[in-house]
Amino acid sequence: MKLQGYLPILVVTALLAVVPFLSNSNTLYNFMVTSLIIALAAQGWNILGGVAGQTSFGHALFFGVGCYTAAMLQFHFGINAWLAFLMALAAGAGAGFIVGFLSFRAGLRGSYFALITLAFAELMRILANASEWTGGAAGLLLKLDPGFANMQFASRASFMWLALAFVFVGLLISRAIAGSRFGAHLVAVRENEDAARALGVDVLTVKLKAISLSGAMTAAAGVLYVQNFLYIDANIGFGAWISIEALLAPLVGGRGLVLGPLIGTFTLHGLGELTKTFAGRVPGIDLMVFAVVLICVVAFASDGMLGLLRRFAPRLAKRIAL
Amino acid sequence: MKLVETHPNRRTILKTGAAVLGVLSAPSVLRAQAPASIKIGILQPVTGALAQDGEYGRLGAELALEDINKAGGIKSLGGAKLEMVFGDARSNPEAGTQEVERMQEAGVAAIVGGFASPICLASSQAASRYDLPYLVDVGVSDQIVSRGLKNTFRFAPGFSLCTAAAIQNLVRINEEAGKPAKTVVLVHEDGLFGSGLAKLMATELPKYGFEILEQIAVPTPSRDLSNVVLRLRSLNPDLIIPSTYYGETVLLARTMQQQRVRPKAVYAVLNGAASNRRFVAEFPEAAEGVMDCNHWYDPRNEKSKNVQARVEALGKPYNYNIPLNYSSVALLADAIERAASADRGKIIEALGTSSFKGHLMPYGETKFVNGQNTGAAPVSTQVQKGAIKVVFPQDFADAKPVFPANG
Amino acid sequence: MQRNWKSDWIMYSPIILIEAMINGLLTGSIYALIALGLTLVYGVLHIINFAHGATLAVAMFAVWGLNIAAGIDPYLSILLLAPVFFALGYGVQRFIIGPAAGGDDGNILLITLGLSIFIENALLASFGSDTRAITSDLSFSVVELGPFLISTPRLIGFAGSLIVTVILWFVMTRTDAGKAIRAVAKEKLGASLMGINVAHVYALTFGIGCAALAVAAGLLMPSFYVNPRVGGAFVNIAFTIVVLGGMGSIPGAMIGGLLIGIVESLSGLLLGESLGQIGIFIIFILVLLLKPTGLFGAKA
Repeated sequence: MKLQGYLPILVVTALLAVVPFLSNSNTLYNFMVTSLIIALAAQGWNILGGVAGQTSFGHALFFGVGCYTAAMLQFHFGINAWLAFLMALAAGAGAGFIVGFLSFRAGLRGSYFALITLAFAELMRILANASEWTGGAAGLLLKLDPGFANMQFASRASFMWLALAFVFVGLLISRAIAGSRFGAHLVAVRENEDAARALGVDVLTVKLKAISLSGAMTAAAGVLYVQNFLYIDANIGFGAWISIEALLAPLVGGRGLVLGPLIGTFTLHGLGELTKTFAGRVPGIDLMVFAVVLICVVAFASDGMLGLLRRFAPRLAKRIAL
Repeated sequence: MKLVETHPNRRTILKTGAAVLGVLSAPSVLRAQAPASIKIGILQPVTGALAQDGEYGRLGAELALEDINKAGGIKSLGGAKLEMVFGDARSNPEAGTQEVERMQEAGVAAIVGGFASPICLASSQAASRYDLPYLVDVGVSDQIVSRGLKNTFRFAPGFSLCTAAAIQNLVRINEEAGKPAKTVVLVHEDGLFGSGLAKLMATELPKYGFEILEQIAVPTPSRDLSNVVLRLRSLNPDLIIPSTYYGETVLLARTMQQQRVRPKAVYAVLNGAASNRRFVAEFPEAAEGVMDCNHWYDPRNEKSKNVQARVEALGKPYNYNIPLNYSSVALLADAIERAASADRGKIIEALGTSSFKGHLMPYGETKFVNGQNTGAAPVSTQVQKGAIKVVFPQDFADAKPVFPANG
Repeated sequence: MQRNWKSDWIMYSPIILIEAMINGLLTGSIYALIALGLTLVYGVLHIINFAHGATLAVAMFAVWGLNIAAGIDPYLSILLLAPVFFALGYGVQRFIIGPAAGGDDGNILLITLGLSIFIENALLASFGSDTRAITSDLSFSVVELGPFLISTPRLIGFAGSLIVTVILWFVMTRTDAGKAIRAVAKEKLGASLMGINVAHVYALTFGIGCAALAVAAGLLMPSFYVNPRVGGAFVNIAFTIVVLGGMGSIPGAMIGGLLIGIVESLSGLLLGESLGQIGIFIIFILVLLLKPTGLFGAKA
C-alpha cells in the first residue's frame, strides 16, 4: 500500500524521461523545460496552498529569491553553481520562514494571507529593480559556459532531464508528506485550524514548516530558470506571472494532490500551445480561447483534472492511490 | 515545387520532348525557375506590454520582404524568394527564446528583430547555440553586442553610440544658440532602457559643462506624474531630458503643459513618444518644440519616402520601428545575396563584411565591428508646427532647430 | 541611484509639500472609487475579484469610444455607462461567475482570473495595443488657488468620487436593496432563510462595483490614457486601499484611498516615483500585520 503510492510518480517520471528518445525537436524540449520549471514552482505552492490550505498570491517571492540567490552568488562571487543552488534552497526556506513567522503569528488567514504574500513579492520586485547589487533594471546575465560543474548543458535533453530530476524529487517529497504525520497535521490545519489546535496540533510550527519547505521548492524552480535562461531581471524573478502560474497549475490539476501541479501545468501549457496554433495573425485571440477553456475547466471540472479522473474512472483513481 | 500534373496525350508529349531537350541544353534555367525559398525568422513582441512597437516592427519587416521578392528575390540563388516565419515574443525573454527554437526547427536562415533589450539578449543567446545569425532591430543595451556572440549583429546604434551622439548634438545645438541651457533634470523610466541611459547621461553631460540637478526615475506604468512635474517646477531646469515610454511621456507632457512648466527645451533621448507621430497628432500643443535624439529614417531618402507613403496608405504612422526593420531585413537580404548561400556560417561571414548602403536610415555605409554597425547614429528631431523634423546632423536635416524652444 | 535623502527633505519648500498632498488627495479619491467596487464585492462575496482591473480598462475604452465615435463628453458618458456597466456586472456574476464557480472560493478566483485574461486580450484583439487618450476642453485647465495650480479634471474627479461614495453609502444603509446586501454580507445562510435571494444580491453587488468603475473611468479619461493593460496600474493600489480601509467598508475605502493617495504622493516626491511605490507596500504589510481589519473593517 505504501509503496504503491509511489508507483504513479515513477510511471509519470519515466514517461516524461523518454520524451527525448521520441523526438529531437528543440521546441518540444523547450516546452518541456519551461513546463517542468513551472511544475516545480507549483509543487512548492501546493504544499502550502494545496495541502495546508494557505493560499498564496505571491510565490514569485520564493521564485525570485531562488533566481537571485543563484545568480548573484555566481555573478558576484564566482561561487560554484551547485553550491549556489543549495544556498538558494536555504534562502527560499528562510524567506518562507520570515514571511510565515510574521504573518502566521499575526493570525493572517485566507485572503489576508494571500494579499500579504502578494505585497512581499511586489516589495522585493521594486527593491530588486532599484538595487545595484541585483543589477538593477538591467538584471544579471550569467556567462554561457556549458558543463556539468556549471549546471549548464549544451544538450537541451540533458537540461530537461535535470529539470525532471528536480520535479521527481519534489514529487517524492510531496508523496512522503502526504503519507506522514506531518501531512495529516497539514490537512487538519486546512480543514479546521481551531479544531486542529484543540486536538493538540502545534498549528504555528506546522504552518512554518510548510511555508519553509514550500519556499525552498519554489526557489529550486527559480534556480532552474536562471540556469536555463542565464538571465534574470526583477519582472521575471518577482513578477506576478510566476505567482499566477504556480497557483493556477495545482488548482487546475487537483489542489492538494501529489500529481496535481504537474498535471495542471501540462494541461495549461498544452492548452496554451494548442490555442497558439489557431490564433492566426490577430494578437490576443489565442489567450482569449485559453481563458474560455480555463473558465470551462473550472465550471465543469472543479476538482481539477485528477478530480475528473476520480469522477469518471473511480476504480483507476483508487488503484493509483489518489 | 511540383509542375502541373496532366495525363499526357500526344501533343503534350511532343511538347514535353521539346521541353526536355531545352532543359538538357540549359539546365541552369530549370534551377532558376524553381529555387527553394529561404526562410527568415521575424521576431517581434505583438502581445503584452510592447505590442504597439512589435506591430510596427512586423510591418517594416513585411514590407521589406515584399519588396525584395517583387524585385526578383535573391539573384545569386536563382531568384530564391524570402519567406517569413513570424514569432511573437510576447514581450518577455522566455517567449522570445521559445520562438527562436521554433524558428530553428522551421529551418530559418537568420532571425531579425526582438525590439526590447531583454528579449534581444535572451533570443540572440538562444540563436547562438545553433550559429543562427541574429540581427537585432532596436534593442539598445550595449551588452547585446559586447558578449562576444559571433552570430549577433545590430544595425541600429546602441546605448553608448546614442548617448554620445545625443550629447554631441546637444552641445552643438546649444553652442550655436549661444549656450542658453546649463541646468538639466533627467526623467527616466526605471527599467533597463531608461536607467542605463540616465546613468550614461549623468556621467557624460557634466564633462560638457552641464549641471545635473536631479535624476527622477518613474515606473512603467505610472498612474500620476504630478509630483514629478512639481519637482521640475521647483528645480526650474533649463533642459528636461525624458527617457520614458509612450504612456508616461504623454502623461508628463500633458501635466507639464497643465502646470505651466516651460523649460528652455525638452531634449528627449530614445524617447517612446517624442518621435511618435501619434503623440504629435493627438497632443499637438504638448508636443510642440519637443526634441528627441532617436532612431529616425533619412527624410531625404527616396526609397524611404516610398515606404512611408505605403505605410500611411494603411492608415498607420511611419514610426522608426518600420524603417529600422525594413532596413535590417534588406541588410540581411544583401548579405545572403553576397554569400550566395543560405548557409548560416556564410551569412554570418557576409554580414560581418557588409558595406550595405541601400537602407532607409541616415547612416551611410554599414560597417560591423564586433557585431555593432559603427556607421549607425541617431539623429536629433524636433516637433515643429505639428510635424517631426530632423534638425541635426545637418547632412540629413530637413529643418533648423528652434532652440531654446520656449522663448 | 545614489541619493542623499536628507538634502531632499530640506530642498522642498512647504508649498511643494502642500501641493503634493493636494495632488495625492485628488488622485487618491479616484483610487478610492476604484477600490469601492473591490471592497464591496469582497465584503459581500468574500472573494477577490481579479477581473476588476480589466473591467476598468473596458470602461475606459467605452468612454474613449463614445468620445471618438459620437463626440460625447467623458463626464456625460458616465450617465450612460454607469447603468450599462451595472447591467453588465449583474449579468456576468449571475450567469457566468456564479454558476461556473459553484460556490467554491478557489474557483471564483480562477474564474475572475480567466475573465481578466479574456477581457484584456479581447481588448487587445479589437483595439490593438496602442495607447489612446482624449483631450477635452478641460484637460489642460487649472484652478489657481494662491500659489497652487490645481488641475480642473482632477478636482471634478474628486467631487465625483465623493458624491458616488455618499450615494453608495446612502443606498447601503437606507434602501431595502442595501439592507439585503448587508444581511447577505453578514450572514449568508440566515439571509437566505429570511427569503433573500442570495444569487440576486451577489449579482447586485457585482453590478454596483462595475458601475463604480464606469464612473471612475469617466472621471479618469480627461487626464489619463487607456490601453488594454491599463487596469494593472490600478489594481495593486486598489487592493492596498481595500485592506487599509477594512475589507468591505465603504467609508474605509474612501478614507483609505485618500490616505494612500497622500502617502504615494509624498513618498514619490521624497524617494522618487519609482522607489516611492515601496511606501504603499510597506503600509500594506504593516496594516495586515498589525491591524488586519483595517481602519473601519468588521472583525475578521
